Parts: sequence; structure tokens; C-alpha cells
Amino acid sequence: MTTPMRNKTSRRAVLAGISALAVAPLPALALSEGEARALVDKLVAEINRVIDRGGSLNGMIAAFEKIFARYADVPIIAQSTLGPDARRASPAQMRAFIEAFRGYISRKYGKRFQEFVGGRIEVNGVRQVKTWQEVIGTVYLRGEKPFEVKFLISDRSGQDLLFDMVIEGISMRLSEKTEIGAMLDRNRGNIDALIADLRTAG
Amino acid sequence: MKVSFKSFILRGVLVGAVLGLAACAPRPTETGINDPWEAANRRTHAFNKSLDRAVLRPLGRGLARDGSDPLMATVGNVAGNLATPGLVVNNLLQADGKGAVTNTARFLLNSTLGFAGLFDVATMAGIYEADTDFGETLHVWGASEGAYVELPVFGPSTERDALGRVVDMFTNPLSHVLDKPEKYVAPVASVTSKLADRGKYAQTVDSVLYDSADSYAQSRSTYLQNRRYELGGDVASDPYGDPYGADPYDDPYAAGDPYDDPYAQ
Repeated sequence: MTTPMRNKTSRRAVLAGISALAVAPLPALALSEGEARALVDKLVAEINRVIDRGGSLNGMIAAFEKIFARYADVPIIAQSTLGPDARRASPAQMRAFIEAFRGYISRKYGKRFQEFVGGRIEVNGVRQVKTWQEVIGTVYLRGEKPFEVKFLISDRSGQDLLFDMVIEGISMRLSEKTEIGAMLDRNRGNIDALIADLRTAG
Repeated sequence: MKVSFKSFILRGVLVGAVLGLAACAPRPTETGINDPWEAANRRTHAFNKSLDRAVLRPLGRGLARDGSDPLMATVGNVAGNLATPGLVVNNLLQADGKGAVTNTARFLLNSTLGFAGLFDVATMAGIYEADTDFGETLHVWGASEGAYVELPVFGPSTERDALGRVVDMFTNPLSHVLDKPEKYVAPVASVTSKLADRGKYAQTVDSVLYDSADSYAQSRSTYLQNRRYELGGDVASDPYGDPYGADPYDDPYAAGDPYDDPYAQ
């Protein structure tokens, strides 16, 4: 026989369960908040390590490229920046584009890493948005008001990977989509010429 | 179930109050790009770029070669402190009590312990500025963003925020209180610190203005994303931030394109 106390507790648990079901706005994801947070914690630890170590520009770019290749879903980010034009790219062109895109992003953002020296990133929270997890952090830089960074994590590639980073509302993926679109226009829609451009850009 | 008359009336009043609040709540932040003046905007952008190349960039780099110049930090502190009463006016117009209290506390602290604003002791104590402007006030009152505009000298804006800039020239009570030589301190410090910021953030500004394939489109995208974020645009309720949804920004050509969703089959 249960005591009144336990009875009350279990009733509360059942009620909580029902109300949780009733208010759950989104379908359950395979990727849990905990897993997304663990990935970003690892990613942030690596970034903080690179910032602490400092070093040469080329060293920072190489370090960034390694982190980017390991933690980000580079093929998906690259494909989405190309937009509908990805449809007319051959598989070989797509492979070359993704490869060139990875180098371009690493040079472009890797050389900015030095601005973060002496700073740090802290992870504050995580929440589910549509089909992905959004991990929210704060960037502390010397002499600056702290600002927000969001890491968007999805497991739809089969692995838990980063597919966007949003700093004070500015999405890296959307900004690069504008950039890649403009580069393609400049090359009159020629994908091979875009790839050649991308190999030296950044 | 029996409902007393009193509680029925009470409920009615409550619902009415909530609806009333909702009616003057800020409209949701816009998504996508509304740029009917693009041709004229691009001409202004070309002018702004040449002004930057010839004047602003060299001056800014001269003022602040690296980000840790103590003199320019001081000028920035003075400018920021003198602008604070204007922020409080906007906080109050938005019924943002927390922001008004924070900014008032900052102004009092920095004007006294910070030696008339030379030092930003409030920030050192972790009391950060609740930044705002009249453009945000208009947003809170329910005004829509309007078209994108690039203003000469000032750069990216929207119709609403351009109007806000004009009004903000008059919202700072200090400019009405101070006398002749003192009243010029604020604008001079403000312009100097803006120029120093151009030097301090040279890499970021240069990458948008001079390293991107279409600096006009990149400035527009960066400005709109950041501005909507400042005004409380939320990725969760915002198709703009959704790489999977049918987002006009993400895919200008077709709704529901498979490439719109990076992970769609």
C-alpha cells in the first residue's frame, strides 16, 4: 500500500507528464539537447584552446580549418549557399565546390581568429528549434560588451554537426549565401569559374 | 459549473486588458528583403564607399590603429555617457522600465565615479548599456520597417530607422540643457568615436566593403539580420532563420525548393 505522500507524488508526476505532452510543441528529435550541448562544449573548448595558444596567422587558419572540417557539416553548408544553382552542378563540380568552399571559409574566418585572442566563449543554454538544436553562448572579448553567439546543430547528416553559427543575429550561412550568389553572378553563372574564384578568395 | 457574476466580470476585464496590450504590442520583425529603391541605394552605396576610402577609413585608422587605444576609449566613454539621457527617453517611450533604470544608473555612476563620463565604471561593474533608438521606439509602437535605404554617410538603414535617426537628433534632453561651448562636446566626441570605431573594427568593415563580391548586397544583408535581431526577431518564429522552411530570403526563386532545406531528400 502506498502512503498518501507517495500517492500524491506519483499523481503529480502523471499530471506533469500529461501536461508536458499537451504543451510539447515539437516532435521529439533524435538529437537531444544534451548531445547538442556536448558537441558545442567540445567545439568551444577547442576554439578556446586555439585562442589561448595564439600564434601565427597561418597556424590559426590551419587550426580553424581542422575545427571546421571536424565539427561542421561542410557539404550541406556549401550546397545551401549555392542555392537552386546546386541543381545544375555535376557531382564532380559539387565535390570541387565543397572542397574550395572549405578552404575559402577557413582562410576568411581563420584569419579573424586573432581578434579573439584573450577572449573566451561560454555556453549558456540549449533549446530545440524546428528540426535542430540551438546552443546559445556568450562571447567575451577584451574591452567589448559581451555578445551572443548561437550554434545550430543537426543530426540529419547522420552525425551531430554544426550547420550554422549566428553572431548577434547575423547568420554565417545566410551571409555566405549572399556572397556565393554574388560571386556566381560576377562569373555569369559559370560554376567552374566560381570554383576557381573561390580557391583564391578569403 | 457555477461561475459567480463577480468572477465573470473580473475575467472579462482581464481578457480585455490582455487584448488591449496585444493591440499595441510591437509587430513581428519583418523577414526577407524589401528594396524598391535598389538602383538609387546602389548609387548612394558607391558614394559612401568612395567617401570611406578617401576620408573615413584613413582617418579611422589614424585614430585607432589597434583596438586598445586608451585615448579613443575615453572619447568613446564621453560620447556614450552624453548620449545616455537620449537612450533613457527612448526606454521610457517604449515603456521599458528595466532599460530606463539600467541606463539611468549608468549615467549617474559614470557621471560621478567615472569623472564626468571619462571612465565607463558601470560597464566595469557589469552594468551594460541597454542600447536603443527612436527607430526601435517606432517598432515598439507598431510601425513597420518600411523599405531598405542606404543613407549618405550614415549607411544602411530602413525607412523607419532613417526617420528614427532624425528624431533622435532631438530626443537627448542634454542638448536642450547645455550651453554653447559644452553642447558641442557631445557631437564632437560622438563623431570622433564613430571614426575611431571605423579604425578599431577595420577588419570587419573592410571585409564587408572591400572583400565581398557585392558589397551593397552584403551590407544590406548584414544590416537587416543584425537590426531585426536587436529588435527581438526570434529565429524560432522567423522563417528567415530557417534553412529548411520555404524562406523567400533563402531561396528567391522558388518556394519549397529541395535545396532550400539543406537536409531534405
